[in-house]
Amino acid sequence: MSSSSSPVQLELKAPPYPLDALEPYMSQKTLEFHWGKHHRGYVDNLNKQIVGTDLHGLTLEEIIVKSYNNGNPLPTFNNAAQAWFSIWNHDFFWSSMKPGGGGRPSGLVLELIEREFGSVEALLNEFKQAALTQFGSGWAWLGYKDGKIVVEKTANAVNPLVADYHPLLTVDVWEHAYYLDYQNRRPDFVSTFIENLLSWDAVSERLEEAIAKAA
Amino acid sequence: MAFCALVSKKALGSALRSGAADLGSGLCQIRRLQTFSLPDLSYDYGALEPAISGEIMKIHHQKHHQAYITNYNKALEQLDEAIQKGDTSKVVGLQSAIKFNGGGHINHSIFWKNLAPTNEGGGEPPKGALGWAIDADFGSFEALVQKMSSEGAALQGSGWVWLALDKELKKVRIETTANQLQSSMSCCSTLPGENFTGPPGDKGATSGSLLGIDVWEHAYYLQYKNVRPDYLKNIWKVINWKHASDAFDGEAA
Repeated sequence: MSSSSSPVQLELKAPPYPLDALEPYMSQKTLEFHWGKHHRGYVDNLNKQIVGTDLHGLTLEEIIVKSYNNGNPLPTFNNAAQAWFSIWNHDFFWSSMKPGGGGRPSGLVLELIEREFGSVEALLNEFKQAALTQFGSGWAWLGYKDGKIVVEKTANAVNPLVADYHPLLTVDVWEHAYYLDYQNRRPDFVSTFIENLLSWDAVSERLEEAIAKAA
Repeated sequence: MAFCALVSKKALGSALRSGAADLGSGLCQIRRLQTFSLPDLSYDYGALEPAISGEIMKIHHQKHHQAYITNYNKALEQLDEAIQKGDTSKVVGLQSAIKFNGGGHINHSIFWKNLAPTNEGGGEPPKGALGWAIDADFGSFEALVQKMSSEGAALQGSGWVWLALDKELKKVRIETTANQLQSSMSCCSTLPGENFTGPPGDKGATSGSLLGIDVWEHAYYLQYKNVRPDYLKNIWKVINWKHASDAFDGEAA
């Protein structure tokens, strides 16, 4: 990703659609703050932190794993790790959604879901429950592990790169992700995400990559 | 929460001894399942403006705090049922919901009393014993405010920043807690204004916590968006130091 003598300077990646493209389910105003302030803030913060340190030269994934340190985040890396995790999670979140999202999965995704959960509805119900029972800030995930689709949830900025599953989909359940549009109504936000924003195309692509990696 | 632990302990104990066969009769004599309700604010929703908007206060109180209470009551009902059935794994499984929702009820009940409109003393720095203690332990009131604001701003995710009395060391200290955990210096607390007793040796209402500031995003997002530091700069204008002083005088006695 970079040579060991130059710091890793991250760029803020834009979502793969204009900021108003997810209306009315996720407002342009939310995207302007969530991407334009929160996500941008993590990138700026991290770039400030890594100047002159030995964090440069590692890949993003290597830094995350190293900083997480199997559940005991190293104090010196803690702030940097939070920023790294958060940047990765938000990039992944934007591309977990698309305008005209929702609908149903097909192909191998559908097959694996039905095999493991019985039905798409059962899977989505479990995913929704994970999102609603993540007390405080965090994320709910669909992942791929040992040939199966799994549902997981993580707190704050923790992400699956330190766990043992390949992420396929995520929803951000920090309050800033939905407060302007839904206020306290996290259940409404998560239902809307599932029905109108979720990109099954992204899930399929990521599943193919995960299977290829696992092979 | 202390009450529920007492009930659970007894229930588990007798369940283990009797094989859960006669759980009901032993419990009926001590069990009184209480339902909790939303405490009123002593000021109007708009009374803390412009520091905190009326819109935020209304949603925070009527939606967020109410949801903690509703879910706490539900968890207690489920706990009661699980105890009656001797379902130990269900009892254990409910603890996180009880801790989270009960904790949310405790913390928010404290928070409303930590705020006051400016025309009712909100923002006026503490005088007397608490004022002196702050000067002794932080150098000045301004230094305390600055430190508490910066610790609140630095908290990752959701949580609270507290000013609490460490009774052993006889010092006031700043502490942050994640999600709905209580300050570590409050122990076995009864919920303010509610009448139930905990285990022997219970210290009574919210011992140790003098002041808490909610830094969950719901506490400020509609008004301050991502700029938590601005919320923390402005909230001092409506902090009820009289309540904190009274708590300090009570605890330090």
